Amino acid sequence: MENIIEVVGLRKRFGRTVALDGLDLAVRPGEVHGFLGPNGSGKSTTLRVLLGLLRADGGEAVLLGGDPWRDAVALHRRLAYVPGDVTLWPSLSGGETIDLLGRLRGGLDAARRDELMARFELDPKKKGRAYSKGNRQKVALIAAFASDADLLLLDEPTSGLDPLMEEVFRQCVAEERDRGRSVLLSSHILAEVEALCDRVTIIRRGKTAESGTLTELRHLTRTSVEAELATAPPPGILETLPGIAALEVRDRKVRCEVGTDHLATLISALSACGVAALTSRPPTLEELFLRHYQDDLASAGSAGSAGSAR
Amino acid sequence: MSATAFAGVPELTRLITRRERIRLPIWCYAILASVGGTAYSFKTLYATPESRRQFADGIGRNPALAVLYGKPFDLTTIGGLTVWRMGVFGATLLAVMSIITVNRHTRAEEEAGRFELVGAGAAGRHAPLIAVLRLVLGTQFALGAVIGVVLVALGEPVSGSFLLGLSVAAGGWVFAGVAAITVQLTDFGRSAAGLAFAVLGAAYLVRAIGDGSGANGPTWFTWLSPLGWSEQTQPYAGDRWWVLALLAAGTAALIAAAFRIAARRDLGSGVFPARPGPASGGRLLGSVGALSFRMQRGNLLGWAIGLLIGGAVLGSIADSIGELLGSSARVQQLFERMGGQSGIENAYLASAMNIIGLVVACYAVQTAARMRTEETSGRLEPLLSTATGRLRWAASHLVYPLLGSALLPVIAGAGAGFAHGGRSGDLGTQLAQLIGAGLIQVTAVWVVVGLTVLAFGFAPGATAFVGWSAVGFCILLQELGPILRLSHWITDISPFSQVPRAPGVAVSAEPLLLMTALGAALLVTGLIGFRRRDIG
Ligand SMILES: Nc1ncnc2c1ncn2[C@@H]1O[C@H](COP(=O)(O)OP(=O)(O)O)[C@@H](O)[C@H]1O
Ligand SMILES: [Mg+2]
Repeated sequence: MENIIEVVGLRKRFGRTVALDGLDLAVRPGEVHGFLGPNGSGKSTTLRVLLGLLRADGGEAVLLGGDPWRDAVALHRRLAYVPGDVTLWPSLSGGETIDLLGRLRGGLDAARRDELMARFELDPKKKGRAYSKGNRQKVALIAAFASDADLLLLDEPTSGLDPLMEEVFRQCVAEERDRGRSVLLSSHILAEVEALCDRVTIIRRGKTAESGTLTELRHLTRTSVEAELATAPPPGILETLPGIAALEVRDRKVRCEVGTDHLATLISALSACGVAALTSRPPTLEELFLRHYQDDLASAGSAGSAGSAR
Repeated sequence: MSATAFAGVPELTRLITRRERIRLPIWCYAILASVGGTAYSFKTLYATPESRRQFADGIGRNPALAVLYGKPFDLTTIGGLTVWRMGVFGATLLAVMSIITVNRHTRAEEEAGRFELVGAGAAGRHAPLIAVLRLVLGTQFALGAVIGVVLVALGEPVSGSFLLGLSVAAGGWVFAGVAAITVQLTDFGRSAAGLAFAVLGAAYLVRAIGDGSGANGPTWFTWLSPLGWSEQTQPYAGDRWWVLALLAAGTAALIAAAFRIAARRDLGSGVFPARPGPASGGRLLGSVGALSFRMQRGNLLGWAIGLLIGGAVLGSIADSIGELLGSSARVQQLFERMGGQSGIENAYLASAMNIIGLVVACYAVQTAARMRTEETSGRLEPLLSTATGRLRWAASHLVYPLLGSALLPVIAGAGAGFAHGGRSGDLGTQLAQLIGAGLIQVTAVWVVVGLTVLAFGFAPGATAFVGWSAVGFCILLQELGPILRLSHWITDISPFSQVPRAPGVAVSAEPLLLMTALGAALLVTGLIGFRRRDIG
């Protein structure tokens, strides 16, 4: 089956700001896809193009087999969207808002709505203006989860939720996946993406930096290894191994990082000395992300110094 | 109240002043121009004491005018005429300015959550209220003084001139105090403003009853209203400065009460708890049309009531307008120039319906520009992400500027028809004539709506600006055109001068159809732009 979302070389500029600069994104049917990037990298812009709210300047976007701009109304019956910054109608209660959004989408499951309101501990009688940011977010999330959409587009949906509610949110996303729906989850919270997503696209300055399953992406980074050996390793052996970094040898204790594809070589070198204890930790998304982010920081730093030199 | 409650006042005052740097001067300029312009036109229209005496005779006998404008105290001087015509009116305008401005920088900010940013910084919890009150009271004081200077420059006595200026300003002060209290009471900016406007409406009404009643009636009602106090300073006719002192003391008391209430409530909430709504959406709440009806119905009802009363008041003056204007040939001329040919009464009613049309244009722009605020507030995005198309959403909003604007002049016309027809005895004819005269105004309103939608489609950031400028321009041409004797080439730019001057003339369909076509063309073009542009 073809992809739920297929974006190739998408471009969008706002005046002189280039928001999207040739973005590629593919979401497969039934997967939870993480869309990860720092603030201002173009996540919301991408979602708005996919929703037909913005018109792309170039590139291609196919959503549920249709054109997000031309077929907007028809496509929207099949998707649910939670904006990053939820504003509600001040005089409508939360319950009214959920029902309204559901009906405008073409119906919602009342039993599921009630169940979700209980799980998210939302008081549906409060007026829109009385909700905190987190509660506004809950209103939009319940409306989305209670719909029978094939695709959920969630833009940093947990930014106002407390840890308990974040957990409820994760369960809900997992349930959506089990029901066979596809989810595009934009986030800059790495733990969330790591816990929820099957595949990840990392966006940086409007371009796709990396894309793949978490396993694939981990190939690109290093695993941390700590070992206690039976005998101290002979000097000069570990240092010359391929892909090794941050090596610390203290007597029989070894600590290092290794490129994930060279892990096997390291392990066999260590076991030659007799392994007493070994811990290895796969790279977190955090580290993955930081690598791209550091490039940003570095270039921002050099731009800053260039500016001050002038 | 601790000293920290006042921290950050200078910074906030600067911030608020910056945000108001366009709006407040416009308010001040408009009020100054109306007071100065009125004094000036009285000076030219009623130059001789004899002409003023005739004019005064008419007004003195007409309670409807006292109800509308306030009690006249001395109509033999230019200053006295200006007080009667602009005193209560100016004070009411400044009260509106106070309510809007105080609300915008206190409750509305808190509601938007922006105050938490400020509050978490160095500013004390009372800082926004202090800062905005300082700005509003100071600005209005200065405006009052400038009004005084202008009147003195026009040759009026010094004491009365400054007393009039400050009495007008004091109307603003008191309602700054009222707004300072209402923003503490509810958790919602729009209801806080609504509450303050209700107090203003009541103050106006109570004063009107007092001023309109005869010597044996409840004239003391006037003293129940701050607008009545502002009137009772009696500039140029006794100069009762002590009443101004009363107004200042009242303002101080209101503000002190506001701070006491503010100290006892939580940030972000009001003294009155918010009423809960239903837990689920009613059967009817299932379309964008139903949604916009929910958002618009209160507003439409308010305008309908206002226009019904306004129409009735304007209509009730009609049959005394002839004697009122007396034999001042220039006034007769003026009205002839402004209106129809068959008698001063119809000319007056035609002008009244024209004013109704301009007022309805304000409603139309307000509701049309609402589309843009819905968009920028982020409430449009979730709607367009459902199976709602852009045009369907736009239609759900345009119902109000297009059809609401047709309903309102009909209501005003009915009010005028009942009031006038009831007095003159030909209810059926007057009702039909005045409803018709009201209804045809909508064609001009549609042109203004079309312009607003055109901006919304192609320059969305300028929607409100374009809409309000168009209305302001029409009002200016309508009000100043005859006084400045502008050439028809200029006044004809306003669509409102194209509307046939009914009642009293044969209404030809041609200009109405032309304006409808123009409005429709602008509207459709604007909608095409809206369909093609980015949202946000
Ligand atoms: N309507 C707009 N007008 C101008 N610039 C915009 C607009 N929307 C987004 N941008 C800019 O485009 C870039 C990407 O923004 P966005 O997509 O919101 O990023 P993210 O959601 O990843 O934080 C930012 O530099 C932002 O300032
Ligand atoms: Mg964003």
